[in-house]
Amino acid sequence: MTIASERVATPAAERPFTPEWLGQVFSKGLLHVAVIGITLVWIVPTLGLLVSSFRPLDQFSSSGWWTALSPPFKFTLDNYTGVLDASNLGQSFFNSFMITIPATVIPVTIAAFAAYAFSWMKFWGRDMFFLALVGLLAVPLQATFVPILTTFVNLGLTPENVGFVGLWLVHTGYGLPFAIYLLANFFRALPTDLFESAEIDGAGTLTVFFRIVLPLSVPAIASLIIFQFLWIWNDYLVALVYVGGTPEVAPLTVTLANLVGSKGQDYQLLTAAAFFSMIVPLIVFFSLQRYFVRGILAGSVKG
Amino acid sequence: MDFSQLLADVPTLVAVIVGVPAVLAAYIVGGEYVVRLLPDKLRPSVRPWIWVGPALAFVGFFLVYPVFGTAYRSLFDLSGNSFVGLSNYVTQLSGFPSGGSWIAIRNNVFWLVFFTVLVLAFGLLFAVLTDRVSYESPIKSLIFMPMAISFVAIALIWKFMYSYQPPGEPQTGTVNALLGIFHQDPRLWVQDPNVANQALIVAAVWGFVGFAMVILSAALKGIPGDLLEAARVDGAGELTIFRRVIFPLMMPTIVVVGTTLVIFALKAFDVVYVMTNGNYDTDVLANRMYKLLTASQDFGDASAVAIILVAAVIPVLIFNLRQFRAVEARR
Amino acid sequence: MMGLRLGSIRALAFLAVAAVVACGGAATQGKGSVHVLAVWSGSEQDSFKAVLQPFQDQTGIKVEYESTRDVDAILQTRLQAGNPPEIASLPSPATLTKLGGQGKLIQLDSASNPVLDMSTFNSQYAQGWIDLGKINGKLYEIFSWAAVKGLVWYNPKNFAAKNYQVPASWQDLITLQNTIKSGGTTPWCIAVESGAASGWAGSDWVKEIVLSQAGPDVYNSWWQGKTKWSDPAIKSAWQTWGTILGPNNSNVYGGKNQILATNFANGGDPMFKTPPKCYMHNQASFITDNFVKQDKAVAGTDFKFFPLPDVNSQYAGAHVGAGDAFSMLKDTSQARALIKYLTTPEAQAIWVKRGGKLSPNKSFDLANYPDDITRQVAQVMTGAKIFAFDAGDLMPTDMKNAYWKAVLDFVSDQSKLDSILANLDTIQAKAYTT
Repeated sequence: MTIASERVATPAAERPFTPEWLGQVFSKGLLHVAVIGITLVWIVPTLGLLVSSFRPLDQFSSSGWWTALSPPFKFTLDNYTGVLDASNLGQSFFNSFMITIPATVIPVTIAAFAAYAFSWMKFWGRDMFFLALVGLLAVPLQATFVPILTTFVNLGLTPENVGFVGLWLVHTGYGLPFAIYLLANFFRALPTDLFESAEIDGAGTLTVFFRIVLPLSVPAIASLIIFQFLWIWNDYLVALVYVGGTPEVAPLTVTLANLVGSKGQDYQLLTAAAFFSMIVPLIVFFSLQRYFVRGILAGSVKG
Repeated sequence: MDFSQLLADVPTLVAVIVGVPAVLAAYIVGGEYVVRLLPDKLRPSVRPWIWVGPALAFVGFFLVYPVFGTAYRSLFDLSGNSFVGLSNYVTQLSGFPSGGSWIAIRNNVFWLVFFTVLVLAFGLLFAVLTDRVSYESPIKSLIFMPMAISFVAIALIWKFMYSYQPPGEPQTGTVNALLGIFHQDPRLWVQDPNVANQALIVAAVWGFVGFAMVILSAALKGIPGDLLEAARVDGAGELTIFRRVIFPLMMPTIVVVGTTLVIFALKAFDVVYVMTNGNYDTDVLANRMYKLLTASQDFGDASAVAIILVAAVIPVLIFNLRQFRAVEARR
Repeated sequence: MMGLRLGSIRALAFLAVAAVVACGGAATQGKGSVHVLAVWSGSEQDSFKAVLQPFQDQTGIKVEYESTRDVDAILQTRLQAGNPPEIASLPSPATLTKLGGQGKLIQLDSASNPVLDMSTFNSQYAQGWIDLGKINGKLYEIFSWAAVKGLVWYNPKNFAAKNYQVPASWQDLITLQNTIKSGGTTPWCIAVESGAASGWAGSDWVKEIVLSQAGPDVYNSWWQGKTKWSDPAIKSAWQTWGTILGPNNSNVYGGKNQILATNFANGGDPMFKTPPKCYMHNQASFITDNFVKQDKAVAGTDFKFFPLPDVNSQYAGAHVGAGDAFSMLKDTSQARALIKYLTTPEAQAIWVKRGGKLSPNKSFDLANYPDDITRQVAQVMTGAKIFAFDAGDLMPTDMKNAYWKAVLDFVSDQSKLDSILANLDTIQAKAYTT
C-alpha cells in the first residue's frame, strides 16, 4: 500500500519513460491523470475499509471513515488483535492451504490437458462437448450439493475417511468448465505455423505441449491460477457443505466468519478479517503478475 | 488440539504439493506411452480421449449428473413424491410481469446488461491504460484488490458506502457524504426499490473488474510488440491502433470474458443474498432458487428455477459456437 | 522470488500451527465423540464451548462443535445426503418441528428407552417449555436457554431531565409518546435492517402486540396458520403498531429511511446522543451488549428497561420470549449424555453467568444472573402470567420470511396494510401444507 501510494504521488512529468506515441491522442499528462484518477476512485471503498479497520467501534459506527484522517487521531489495533485471537487461526490457515493448493493445481492441470485437446486435436463431438462445458458454467452450485454429497457419503468419501480429498475433487469439478474455456481460447490463438514446424522437427505431442504450448501460454495460465486460487481461498459455502466447520477442517473463511456473533455482534472485526484474508491472494497475485510480459510471441506472428 | 494428528498433517501437505502434480504428469506421460504402443492409424482417434478424459469424467459427475437429476426433479412436486409434469415451470413462468419468477428474471436481465457491459468496459479500459504507464504493476494490484475480498466483506464495504443518516446529521456513508458536498439530501440506496438494483450492481462491478482486467491484460500482452511498433512506424494514431489492431486481436478473449460475465450475471447470488436477500425488488434467479431450496424446501420449484437458469444460457452458447467456427475458419 | 515468498508463507503457517499446538490442551481419547451443529459464533461460541468443557472433562467424550449462520441450509443438505450431525440447535424451532414430523428426530421420552430422566425433567421445566418441544405428544426438543422480548430500553438520565415517568399502562405509553413528540423530539428509535433477515426487529413489535392485545388463543392459532393475517385481530395489531410509528413514521427518529437503513444493532444509539434523538427503544435483552460497547453506556445509570405495557388489560402480564432448542438426529450414547447434560441447571448456569442468556429451568438459582438488569429480565420471564414463544420462529420458514418482508413494506407505506395482509394470506395458504 505505502509503496504504491508513494509512486502514485510522484509527479508524472519526472518519469523518465516518455514514449512519443502517447502524444498523438492522449497527451502524456492526460494519460497519467486518467490512470491515477480512476485508480483513486476505485480504491476509495477499500481505503474506507482499511481506515475503518483501525478505528474503535464507537467511532466507527458514529462518523465517516474520512473523519479519522484528521486530528484527533483515534486509531486502535483492537480489530486485528481480535482476529488474531480467533481460537484456531493457525489450524485454519493450514487448512486453507491444504484445500486451496491441490484444488488449484488439479483443475488447472487437467484443464490444460483438455484445452489442448479441444484446440489442437480433432475428435468426435468436440464442438458439442466444448459448448456443453460453457453451458455448465451456468449451473447453480447449490443445486448440485445434495446429489454429490449423497454419493460421497455412500462411497465413504467423508472428511473422516479421506480428509480434504473430497473437497479437492469437488472444486476440480466446479472449476473445470471455466478453466478449460479460458485456456482453450488462449491455446487456439497460438500460431498454426508453430505446430507445423514442430511436426516437421518430429516432436511428439508431449513435447509440443510442454515445450511450446505451456511456455507460450504463461500469462493465461498465470491468470487462471490467480482466479482459481482466489475463488477457493475465499470459498465459504462449498467447504462448509462438504467438509464442515469443525475446527480440525475449517478453512480461514469459516473461522473468520465465526468471529461475528449470530446477531452481528463484533461485526467490526470483519474489517480487519477482510485484510487478513486478503494477504495470501495478494501475494499470489503479486508473484504471478511478473509473468504478464509482452512480446513472448515476437517473431512468430500469424497474419 | 491433537498434536499427533497435526504432525501427521504436515507431511500430508508436503506430499500433496509434490504428489498431486506428479500423479497428473505421470498420467499424461503414461497415457502418451500407451498411445504409442497402438498402431499408427488408431493413435489420432485414441489420443484426444486421454487428454480430455479426466476433464469429462469430473464434469460429468460433478455437473452433468446433478443437472439431469435437477431436471428430473423439476417434474415432481415439492416433496418429490408425485409427478406433476411441467406445472412447476408453469408456476414459475406465469403471472407476468410480477408473479412467479418474473421479478427475478427482470432483474437478471438488468444484471446481464449492466454488469456485463460495465465490467467489460472498465476491465478493457484498465488493461489498455495501465499497459502504457511504467507503474503498471502497483496500479493493477490496487484495481485487482477487490477481487481478493470475499463477497461477505464486499457487502460490508458497500453497506458502509451506502449508509444513511437523516438530513442535517453528519453522514457516515461515503456516497451520501459526497451528495452532501453537492448540497443534495442524503437518500436510501439499497433500501429504495427504484435504485436498489443499480446499487447492488455497482458493488458487484467494483468487485469484479479485476477479473476482466487480468484476463484482458494477459491477452493484450500476447499481442506481439513489433506488430504495434510497425503500426506506429506507419504513422497510425493510438485510437486507430486500438480499433484496427488491438481490438480485433483481443476479440476472442473479449468474447470469452464477456461470456463468462454474462453467465456470472445469470448466476448472480452472493451480493444479493448478503445485502438484500431479494427484498426491495432485487430478487434474482439464483437467490430465488436458494430460497425455494432452503426456506421453502420446495425441491420441485427450486429445480425448475435452476433449469430455467441453465436454459437461459443457450443463446450465449449459439453465439459462442459461431465465434468458435469463425476462429477455426481463419486458421 | 515467488518460490521464496510462498515458502515463507508456508513456514509462517507451520509456525502458527505449532503455536496452536503448544497452547492446546491434552487430548481426550477413547470415549467417543458427538457432533453438534448450531448457529452460535463469536463470543457466543466461546460461551457455548465453556458450557461444553465440564461435560468433556467429566465424561471424556469429545464434542465437535460446528457453527454456521446458514445452519438451516447446512442441516437440510447434510440430512438429505444421509450425513446429519448427532445434535443440532436451530434458532427457529419450526424447522426442528418439521423434521420431527418427518420422523428425522430421535424421540427423547420414549417409554422403553428415554433419553432424559423424565421425572426430573418434568419437575424442573414449566409445562409451557415442555409442550413447546412436543410434536404429536412426543418430546423431540429441549430448551436450554431463553430470552425475553418486548423490553423497552430508555436512558434514565434523559427521562429525569424532562421529568418523564416510566409508563405503567399502554395509555400512559401513548400519553408519554405524545408528550415527548410535543417537546420537539421523536419518542422512538426503531431499526430493522439486518441483511438477509431484514425486518425481524419490527416483527417483534407486531407479535408482542398480537399477544397482549388479542390474547394467547388468537396468538397461537395465528402462528399455527389457522387465523388469517387479514383477520381483524391481527390487522388491528399492525394498526396499533402504526400508532407507535405515527403517521408517515413521524414518531420515529429519522422516519422511514432511518428505520429501513439502520442496522438493528445500532438502533438504540441515538438515545445516547446529546441531546437525545429519541427516548425509547424496544429490543430483546441482548442489545445491552451494544449499548455498553458502542455507546459506552453503563447499565443502570445510562440505560434501564420497562416491559412493554399491556395493550389489553384482559391479558395483563403477557410476554413473548424465545429459546434455544436442541434435538437429536442420531441416537448415540454420547449424544444422549450431552442432551441430558444440557437440561441441567449447572450447564445452563455457565452461559447465564457469562451474560446474554436466561435459564428456562425452574430450579435455576436467580443468584446466578450476572447483574441486576439480567435478574430483572429473568423476573419478567418467571413472573409472566402469559408467556408465549416467538411466533415468527414457530411459523414455517417461508411464512416467517414473508412476515419480515411485510414489516419492510408496512414501514415503507402504512396505507398499503390491506394489500400487505392479503399477500401474507396467500403465502399462509401455501406455507403450512409442506
